[in-house]
Amino acid sequence: MKKYTKSHEWVELDGTVAIIGITDHAQEKLGDIVYVDLPEEGAEISKGDTLCSVESVKAASDVFSPVSGKVEKTNEALEDAPETINSSAEADGWIVRIEVSDTAELDTLLSEEEYKKVCEEE
Amino acid sequence: MSGSVELKCTPLHAEHIRLKAKMVDFGGWDMPIQYTEGILAEHKNVRESVGLFDVSHMGEITVKGEQALDFCEHLVTNSIEKMKFGEICYTLMCMENGGIVDDLLVYKIDNKYALLVVNASNLEKDFEWIKKQAENFNVEVVNVSDEYAQIALQGPGSEEMIKDICGVVLENIEFYHFEMGRINGIQAIISRTGYTGEDGFEFYVQKDAAIPLWRKLLELGAKPAGLGSRDLLRFEACYMLYGNEITENTTPLEAGLKWAVNLEKEFVGKSSLSEQKEKGLTRKLRALEVTEKGGIPRHNNKIYSEDKEIGFVTTGNKSPSAGKVVALGYIPSTFKLGNEVEIEVRPNKRIKAKVVRTPFYRGSVKSKKK
Repeated sequence: MKKYTKSHEWVELDGTVAIIGITDHAQEKLGDIVYVDLPEEGAEISKGDTLCSVESVKAASDVFSPVSGKVEKTNEALEDAPETINSSAEADGWIVRIEVSDTAELDTLLSEEEYKKVCEEE
Repeated sequence: MSGSVELKCTPLHAEHIRLKAKMVDFGGWDMPIQYTEGILAEHKNVRESVGLFDVSHMGEITVKGEQALDFCEHLVTNSIEKMKFGEICYTLMCMENGGIVDDLLVYKIDNKYALLVVNASNLEKDFEWIKKQAENFNVEVVNVSDEYAQIALQGPGSEEMIKDICGVVLENIEFYHFEMGRINGIQAIISRTGYTGEDGFEFYVQKDAAIPLWRKLLELGAKPAGLGSRDLLRFEACYMLYGNEITENTTPLEAGLKWAVNLEKEFVGKSSLSEQKEKGLTRKLRALEVTEKGGIPRHNNKIYSEDKEIGFVTTGNKSPSAGKVVALGYIPSTFKLGNEVEIEVRPNKRIKAKVVRTPFYRGSVKSKKK
């Protein structure tokens, strides 16, 4: 079950690993994505840190980490096919997997309903 | 949100809304940045078939009178005298110090009439500038922008798409030439010009004819394209964007536009440009190709060489047609083809790039006959 942030990231727990990406709403607003600056595997991340940068034709946008932990894996397929984030932001377009240090951090994130409201109010 | 000044709308504004375009404020105009297919798809349509742009926000200024052509000769850097009637030139207006007021097209209509087409973002400034320069000439300068709509049809399939609905023989209209004629019964200035690096036409029509012409072209299969794809297309062709590559702080020589400058004649800014040519340029606009992964250069990113800041990016992007990440930027004139620089794409992140030839991509655009 996915959780969301006000800054348009989604996160899904797979055991103790959080899979993170940007939402479909975010990709729609960004337009065609042409480059993703993936973080280093093994990097230590704190909740709220800039995880990486997603670049569209018109602008660069920072992705903020919804959790603290260590980068386990990045979606290297995005290097050659960044447009996957446009076509499948919340599935194939996942960006990183983070080994989470405290799963309770997800409790304060938004539910799908709450996130939908955030988008409507924008 | 505080109260905002209302944005200006072109005669085609409702069409863009109908087509569900994403709209943005461009120089005070509410313009489509893209339609539903997106910037890359629209870019591809222009490169491979036919795209359609609303460029009605551009400014049109007429210069009429006994000294119309003499005045134009004085106003712009390029030679007007050498042009035939029915010919167009791309040129610049400069200040006395050689800084660029705007880039523009001059349509040489007859010996008492020229049409100047200027950037939307500079219309007011340009009109004031032109009127001031015209003070000692026997000419009448009128801003007719509100009467005109302008539509650009661009792509290798352009001529084929419209030849049966045009009252003029399109294949006779050479690059940078125009004819007055009818397209789908609508009276227009039909010019073989464009800002995409592809073959194509620009139509100037009375504003009431804009919607019928737009809809006819869509019906024939042209795909609407917004300002996002337009910027990407012109950038790949290495065409100038005022505010990026050319500004009041750059000269045409620095921007690589010496082919549009005739130093044999008198014009505003001539002595400064002659002097600059004599002394040699200290900086030049160069094309750069990024050689390592790490980001996309953007407007105003700093350029470094051996840890020293040496210049700045004017425009950068991933070029779909070239398949590379590229940029235009000002660097010292000592740099040659193949030389390496670094572009600061993010605080503390610099990526390597090398100086390359222009353009990044050469499309179906015709060339001028010598």
